[in-house]
Amino acid sequence: MSLVEFLQIWIIAFFTLSLFSFLYKDNPFYKLAEHIFAGLSAGYYVGLIWESVILQQMIDPMFNNGKWWLVFPGILGVLMFSRFSKNYSWISRISLAFVMGTTAGIFLVSELHGKVLPQIQATMKSLDPSQGFAGFILALIIIVGVISTLIYFYFSKEHKGALGGVAKVGIWFIMISFGAHFGYTVMARISLLIGRVQFLIDDWGGSIVQLFS
Amino acid sequence: MVVSFFFRAEGSFLGRIEPEILSWVTIVGGFTLLLGVVSIVRVNYTAVKRKADGWGYKLATLISVFVIAIPAMLPTGWSDQFGRGDGSIYKWLFNYLDAPMMATMFAMLAFYIASAAFRAFRARNAEATLLLITAIIVMLWRVPMGEEFLLSIHPDIPGWINTYIMGGANLAVQRGIIIGAALGAAAMALRIMLGIERTYMGK
Repeated sequence: MSLVEFLQIWIIAFFTLSLFSFLYKDNPFYKLAEHIFAGLSAGYYVGLIWESVILQQMIDPMFNNGKWWLVFPGILGVLMFSRFSKNYSWISRISLAFVMGTTAGIFLVSELHGKVLPQIQATMKSLDPSQGFAGFILALIIIVGVISTLIYFYFSKEHKGALGGVAKVGIWFIMISFGAHFGYTVMARISLLIGRVQFLIDDWGGSIVQLFS
Repeated sequence: MVVSFFFRAEGSFLGRIEPEILSWVTIVGGFTLLLGVVSIVRVNYTAVKRKADGWGYKLATLISVFVIAIPAMLPTGWSDQFGRGDGSIYKWLFNYLDAPMMATMFAMLAFYIASAAFRAFRARNAEATLLLITAIIVMLWRVPMGEEFLLSIHPDIPGWINTYIMGGANLAVQRGIIIGAALGAAAMALRIMLGIERTYMGK
């Protein structure tokens, strides 16, 4: 193991243990690691946005492909920084209005055309006679589940009578789904925990053994 | 954008302008994210300058932001360690500090989820029992030992879980939520376009 690898392992181990120390109680090691993590994550996005958006989508096309008009979104972007000024923060509304207007236009179409219709279509298509009895049962579960879930989230009318009954079925379906999601999330987190413990035992432990051997 | 959806024939004015507008939104969005980081720097800088409580930690945040961001923004022509490529400072800090810390943070949630599960998984009523049973079944199904246990009861159980729970009830609810959220988003988009919703302007 080279000195650089050794240092890398010890740095990771220090921050891993510092973060885990919060499980006992809040302490300066945890606070330091937490603040460094927050700073690195923020800085990571600066690097990412700088290269993939500012350079690749604005500067390069402007100077290499002659797309001079990209200076306008650049100006709109810079105007966003006027939010830091008390007197001129209103200027940022111009950029905000552009983003909101465009996003609203995209969403109005994409949500209906790209999500609602395909999901309804897929739900109804699950009733395929060629799938046999098991396929029919599955299709029935899906159709009843989708309709009852939608009815549960329909709050414009009081959940009473038939509507209340269907909403109750919706709650059962939602509970099954939440249970499944919870199970998945727990297992994903446990898997990450196993990964960190394996690092501490194999890599960091290995480096300690090497240090004293 | 709505009009261009219906009349964006290839080569037409609208067909050409739509990807351009999308690119504009991405650029302005990029600046917005930078605005967020500048805001973090301002807040932390002010705290350090005033020597507020915990200013040392805030200084660590500031140093971390600059240490990873500045080398990433410098031209790769100056040094191999600049930019975001392999062997850069940016990549090293991400691989050996940011990513392991992110994994540790999420791994810690395992303990808090276990604690939350202890409180939430009490079979108080039929709905809570349903959630409890499904979660236990899925957790068992996701580990090799648990799957072996389920197979020992009946060889088709893992397949049934996959088909009827994950691909049946769970899929149905996800579809319901997606349809509901999409209808809500479309309605909100319409409200914004018609000027009914103006809270984003601070009004």
